[in-house]
Amino acid sequence: MKKHRTTLIKQNMRSRFKNCLAGLALTMAGSLTSAHAVDQLEKDELKFGFIKLTDMAPLAVAYEKGFFEDEGLYVTIEPQANWKVLLDRVIDGELDGAHMLAGQPLGATIGFGTKADIITAFSMDLNGNAITVSNDIWAEMKPNIPQDAAGKPVHPISATALKPVVDRYKSEGKPFNMGMVFPVSTHNYELRYWLAAGGIHPGYYSKTDITGQIDADALLSVTPPPQMPSTLEAGTIYGYCVGEPWNQQAVFKGIGVPVVTDYEIWKNNPEKVFGVSAAWAKENPNTHKAVIKALIRAAQWLDANNDANRPEAVKILAQSEYVGADYDVIANSMTGTFEYEKGDKRALPDFNVFYRYYATYPYYSDAIWYLTQMRRWGQITEEKSDQWFHEIAKKVYRPDIYLAAAKELLEEGKIAKKDMPWDTDGYRPPQTHFIDNISYDGRTPNAYLSKFNIGLKGNDIVQ
Amino acid sequence: MSVNTALDNKQLEKGDGKLTSNSNTQPLESNVNAPQKKVANEGVKISVKINNFLELIGFTWFIPIVKLLAGEEPVEQLKDILKVIGVPVLAMLIFIGFWDWGAAKIQTSLGAIPGPAAVWQETKSLAADHYKEKEKEVAFYKRQEVRNAKKLEKNPDAAIKIRDYTGKATYPQQIMTSLWTVFAGFVLASVVAIPLGVICGLSPAFNAAINPIIQIFKPVSPLAWLPIVTLIVSALYVVEGEATFSKSFLVSAITVTLCSLWPTLINTAVGVSTIDKDLMNVSKVLQLGWWKTVTKIVLPSALPLIFTGLRLSLGVGWMVLIAAEMLAQNPGLGKFVWDEFQNGSSQSLGKIMVAVFTIGIIGFMLDRIMLTLQKYFSYGDAM
Repeated sequence: MKKHRTTLIKQNMRSRFKNCLAGLALTMAGSLTSAHAVDQLEKDELKFGFIKLTDMAPLAVAYEKGFFEDEGLYVTIEPQANWKVLLDRVIDGELDGAHMLAGQPLGATIGFGTKADIITAFSMDLNGNAITVSNDIWAEMKPNIPQDAAGKPVHPISATALKPVVDRYKSEGKPFNMGMVFPVSTHNYELRYWLAAGGIHPGYYSKTDITGQIDADALLSVTPPPQMPSTLEAGTIYGYCVGEPWNQQAVFKGIGVPVVTDYEIWKNNPEKVFGVSAAWAKENPNTHKAVIKALIRAAQWLDANNDANRPEAVKILAQSEYVGADYDVIANSMTGTFEYEKGDKRALPDFNVFYRYYATYPYYSDAIWYLTQMRRWGQITEEKSDQWFHEIAKKVYRPDIYLAAAKELLEEGKIAKKDMPWDTDGYRPPQTHFIDNISYDGRTPNAYLSKFNIGLKGNDIVQ
Repeated sequence: MSVNTALDNKQLEKGDGKLTSNSNTQPLESNVNAPQKKVANEGVKISVKINNFLELIGFTWFIPIVKLLAGEEPVEQLKDILKVIGVPVLAMLIFIGFWDWGAAKIQTSLGAIPGPAAVWQETKSLAADHYKEKEKEVAFYKRQEVRNAKKLEKNPDAAIKIRDYTGKATYPQQIMTSLWTVFAGFVLASVVAIPLGVICGLSPAFNAAINPIIQIFKPVSPLAWLPIVTLIVSALYVVEGEATFSKSFLVSAITVTLCSLWPTLINTAVGVSTIDKDLMNVSKVLQLGWWKTVTKIVLPSALPLIFTGLRLSLGVGWMVLIAAEMLAQNPGLGKFVWDEFQNGSSQSLGKIMVAVFTIGIIGFMLDRIMLTLQKYFSYGDAM
């Protein structure tokens, strides 16, 4: 064994030596493009984790297109079994950073789930999720949905169409189960938002009961994204909310119908973030900045020239070490269309946004929206002041790091001045594009909460 | 329970032993029956040697071929070949036929279950992937050299270092990771189990004390150990800077250790406790010290059973490893299966089947290696 290893090492050294010579020869030939002088990186060999979803694209692109290496970073990208494993490995330092649910850094910081200080300086994308129901449920829902002249259902579809179905299940004493990917996931909040907007109660969390099913009409539980279609097929759940490609997968396999995308629930909602532990960020400020630079360039590449690079991106994602689903399945949502019912393919150019609309900027108001939903459903059990919301958002979301990275890219001429919201105070203007037409202003979270019929507000406490 | 395991193995041993003596006598008989075949005699001698070796490593089905090549009783050997090779090959063909026929009938959400042709296709695509990745690796090092050279040009004193390739682990690399992990776990298990087993065998009191613990922990599944091991490793294995072992490796290896400890422990204990009383009396007569007794008398006599235990342990360890890797994210075969399951592409099932066969074949080879060692130590003197 030992002997074998020694020979391996020898071979390795020999090949490295050869490479070394080749490298020197190249340099002498002067066929080099000038690279940017690299800041002193504290750490240049990094390992990032991700979950097999199309919105991990900036990581794969930054690796495959050499943006990490341009910054002097040698990054390994590794798929993780589920969101819990991913978060734990970031906390204990096995991973330097990871593709995370926006709610994860916030949930970890306020101590819902594992308590740890996680920060983010980069928003990975906007939109990209959808809610799918099984074929049987769809058949029951369809008569409740208005149709257009061509006989196609009118979108967006409200959960009011689902309500009679849920009521029937309830009256027959059968639980109406639905899947989401993680208690603090965007999908959990989007699914709850959609259900509640249609009058279906998705259930509360409380201090002692963290199943999130108190008073629920529809019972939500956790299923890892890649297992969603098979769980739906097995009949364990009747519908789910998940990112791509797992909704399009259901259409392809003919086991379910996506009824609504998150773009329709909340136009251009913030989705995944790139999270690192606060301690790591403190120890490796230059490395962190370099990582953000590479990711911004990857996001820019993904949206460049009206998504011209998307087919190439899909090809990268379809490789087994990244998302690994079939090209056609990934392409369905990544290239500006979305297939609802089989054959009902509609244009949805903004279903996956990586760069435009300042998608990569870590807005405080985005963080606060997630915090309001945590409060709305009882994950935050008690009333908090507006001040508290702002403080947590500023602790977790770090536009200062983001802007430092963006500034260097601007100086290097790699991004345009108009690409970044240089002067924002971190709060988007009040947003109005929600499925229930309730407008959201991140500056006044408690006032926002009081607008909902279903949900905790003020000093409500779930007993 | 513990005695049963050991007894079963002894029985097995005896069965194997019988086979050995049977086939050993055959070439001798043919020598006596045909003394006039002087030319063939030399070949027979070689064939006896080869066959002894083949038996040792457990490849008894090659024996008739070797004999046939050596020119011994062609008709008999052909019959034997038909029996020991023809029948299994036929069975294999029937199995593949059934697989091919049955696979197409089952539709999953990932398409039909892949048949033999599809699996072969995936095997080739995994090999192609490996070579493609190697090319990328070469390009990676080249880029790095260019960058380093550039750095040196600017500042001759700059510290230069070569980083390891950051791309994905290819299938052969994943196999190596799995083998390395199971080897580490197995060695650790043996280091713990053999001394403990010896003490158990020598001291009935100690055996009685430890037996309940063994009986309780023996049937525990790796999936139950894993979360505990994960948490303990995370808590205790804190290294500044570059760690020698990754945590996922340690977690998988230790889980393997915990599950593969027991067969070796039990068999060693039984082997030691059933040593011939006369031998122990000899040590008393000679007034050997404790250490001498253990090394000169106890261990040599218990060796066959210790190796039986080791063989069982390695088998268990290999099975457990796949499950451990799936959850611990150790980049071996288990993670390969899990990742492909998550991919859910039209090739995923085919690739998982390739992994199933790989796991089976490697498990089989590991078993053969251990069997060879076991036989060598059991009948070492006889050969």
